Amino acid sequence: MTSSAHLDTTFAALADPTRRAILARLATGEASVNELARPFDMSQPAISKHLKVLEGAGLISRGRDAQRRPCRIEAKPLADANEWLEHYRKFWEARFERLDDLLEEMTAEERARPKSKRKARGAKR
Amino acid sequence: MTYAETLVVAAKGDREITMTRRFGAPRAMVFEAWTKPELLKRWMTGPPGMTLPVCEVDLRVGGVYRYVWRTSQGHEMGAGGTFLEVTAPERFVATERFDQAWYPGEAVITITFVEQGGETEVTTTMRYESTEGRDGVLKSGMTDGVRQSYDRVATIFETELAAREAPERKRA
Repeated sequence: MTSSAHLDTTFAALADPTRRAILARLATGEASVNELARPFDMSQPAISKHLKVLEGAGLISRGRDAQRRPCRIEAKPLADANEWLEHYRKFWEARFERLDDLLEEMTAEERARPKSKRKARGAKR
Repeated sequence: MTYAETLVVAAKGDREITMTRRFGAPRAMVFEAWTKPELLKRWMTGPPGMTLPVCEVDLRVGGVYRYVWRTSQGHEMGAGGTFLEVTAPERFVATERFDQAWYPGEAVITITFVEQGGETEVTTTMRYESTEGRDGVLKSGMTDGVRQSYDRVATIFETELAAREAPERKRA
């Protein structure tokens, strides 16, 4: 699988709230299917289905122990997904910092001449 | 700068991206900065040297808007759409489509402005036609494994990041 396809799979797996809750639980330590099913009010097969999706996306791995097969979280794909969000966030943050400057200027201008040229923007101050 | 770095970005569901940010100004002013061409040209740009020479906004339901950005190398990138809902200064909804479709289909952008104690919280929700579209937008910031069509945008992101490291910010 290419890295792009990996990331698609990661986001698809993360799109479901139950799967995100499972990951949140696993972030605190490994757990068996039974342990995972308990707080969700869901059947074991339903949980197993979600686990299969998470495993397919590489977000979790299952232990070898045939009885328990504990699930644990895999950090890498989540970190990759976060990295995207972070790049995107930085792009917009730079824009918004320019907007901060502009708003500051507009506020200062309005203070300097509260009643003149600028059309009433609503009476502040 | 008190509001810097307070932006929260999240991938929501399988087709949306949401962004939330606070600004230190009343919402009428923030709304104005977001919808008036002469003001948009001051901030809705990219890395230093990138300008927004074309910015037309017909702010009414059914009205269209059009942006064309130009890089310092003279490359142009255009986008535009139609306003679906305009409730100044609370909220507007518009479609968005880029000329060089770097994500498939169209997106619907909803921007809400909520004022509280003289500050304004702006929430932008971008809903894409498909999961591929949404993920394509997020991926545009990646430096490797980026598909051909995202290359230019990726370069913009990189330049933007580099620019952020320089202490002074230029205004377009």
